[in-house]
Amino acid sequence: MRYIIKRIIFFLITAWAAITINFILPRMMPGNPAEVMIAKFQGRLNPQAISALEIAFGLNTHENIFLQYIDYIGRMLTGNFGISVSFYPTTVAQVLSQAIPWTLGLAGISTILAFTFGTLLGIGAAWKRNSTTNGIVVPLSFFLNSMPYFWFALIIEYVFAFIFGWFPLGGAYSSSSHIAGFALLISILYHAILPAATIVITAMGGWMLTMRNNMISVLSDDYITFAFAQGLPEKTVEYQYAARNAILPSFTGFAMAIGFVISGVLLTEIIFSYPGVGYLLYQSVLNIDYPLMQAIFLFITIAVLIANFIADLVYVFLDPRARSGGE
Amino acid sequence: MNYVKLFFSNKKSTVGVIIFLAFVVLALFAPYISPYSPNSMAFTPLQGPSWKHLLGTTAVGQDIFSQVIWGTRLSLMVGLVTGAIATILSVIVGLSSGYLGGITDDILMTITNIFLVIPGLPLIIIISAFIVVKGVWTIIFVISITGWAWGARTLRSQVLTIKNRDYVKASVVVGERSSHIIFSDIFPNMLSLIVANFFGAAVYAVLSEAGLEFLGLGDSSAISWGTILYWAQNNQALLFGLWEWAAVPGLLIALLGMSFALMNFAVDEITNPRLRKR
Repeated sequence: MRYIIKRIIFFLITAWAAITINFILPRMMPGNPAEVMIAKFQGRLNPQAISALEIAFGLNTHENIFLQYIDYIGRMLTGNFGISVSFYPTTVAQVLSQAIPWTLGLAGISTILAFTFGTLLGIGAAWKRNSTTNGIVVPLSFFLNSMPYFWFALIIEYVFAFIFGWFPLGGAYSSSSHIAGFALLISILYHAILPAATIVITAMGGWMLTMRNNMISVLSDDYITFAFAQGLPEKTVEYQYAARNAILPSFTGFAMAIGFVISGVLLTEIIFSYPGVGYLLYQSVLNIDYPLMQAIFLFITIAVLIANFIADLVYVFLDPRARSGGE
Repeated sequence: MNYVKLFFSNKKSTVGVIIFLAFVVLALFAPYISPYSPNSMAFTPLQGPSWKHLLGTTAVGQDIFSQVIWGTRLSLMVGLVTGAIATILSVIVGLSSGYLGGITDDILMTITNIFLVIPGLPLIIIISAFIVVKGVWTIIFVISITGWAWGARTLRSQVLTIKNRDYVKASVVVGERSSHIIFSDIFPNMLSLIVANFFGAAVYAVLSEAGLEFLGLGDSSAISWGTILYWAQNNQALLFGLWEWAAVPGLLIALLGMSFALMNFAVDEITNPRLRKR
């Protein structure tokens, strides 16, 4: 229980930090960049919208910075992110809510697949560490891990969508209007295959290497030798004795790994023009739409925090030491 | 000394070092290796590869091969400098947090964990979007301040282990100054971990730089592998069938990243005897 409470407190502190970064960044920069943005959209925004933006970014105000800060936190907590200047007059919350399901679907499924495949491959590579497969898989995962995500996505798109024409070049579903129901579902899955494959392949390597190293460490422990001496079946030793303990660091290292996966998802969406949060972030950068950018940053951080929280819960379930509150 | 010997007898680090040195040679001798000036726009635009232009030409008639060679300089520099800055930050935070303990440790580790959890790329993107001055140093600054956290955490746990060793306790009893204990007793025993961290941070830097420049958040007039990819994408190189334009710089980024990762892994293998081949 104490462990869970600690995690909740950390969750809240990090969420607060992300909000504070959003608040401080524009105010810290010389010549508040929000001014440039407002000037750019001057003709297209009405006066109320402009004054709302000025308040949000601390321009032309005599209000004390602490009052501005409290006001800002209040607005973030109530989900009031303001209006998006590039999708004017739609609010940021509306624009974002249309993109979220796509990213959650793509990132969620690919993360689970990458974690599963990577971990299984890592177990196998450590178990047969002198085999030929190991000799190929390990250098390959080094290469995959050091590769720029977006570049890999480009190559995948070029080969499978452009040259072979097996998959669509981009988008999330067929653009023809009279598509609905089951056909729409098929079209969505069809469009998701290439982006998802890109993420799974690139994210898998990291988990594989972690698992392989943990597993090799665990395999030299005495209790494994003892398990062999007892004459237990190989598979039992491999999965129930060794892998079960070796997987623990993969959960504690989840925070870092999920960050990489998220970067991968963002860049992959941009390459495949997939209408999720990453593509939206890209558009907001191109259009210097700061309110939208900040909301996306906050959303991604919160999403990662929730994913980490789930990983922590699983960890408590797997490791009795965490349950009793010990280190 | 023993470690240095082990480092060069390790297969992974040997491959890593060879790739890395090849890039150093490319960067140093770029003016002699590249056939044309990377900025010269004197050629027919959007041509495929030929003997005259090994990788073809850009949309404004620059020689891509020369650009790739010159681009090595910037990409290598950003990787090394950013890796170094991030490592220095990790060492400062990790060492003081682990050695001083108490409330300092609590505060520093909370900050470290926050930086670990906040996803790197979106943070880098949003900071760069707010910085109006675009350039190499902006990129180095942004990647450094987001890339130190992992190192700080691993270094801290190493300090905690070393702190409890007898020889450190002896120094404390003898009454040595803190600075002496940190720099003469603890620091030398952490060198391998620090080196491993440097390589890890360098991989992160090379990949992040490429990503930022590809998204147009860098200085698009500078010549680096990331900006070559940016221009290739903006001119739809792949759809014109000019795949070498995008494929080669990306491949080189992956190779440079891989060389750092291999050296990182080798150091890990050498210092953790359990990972060594039996």
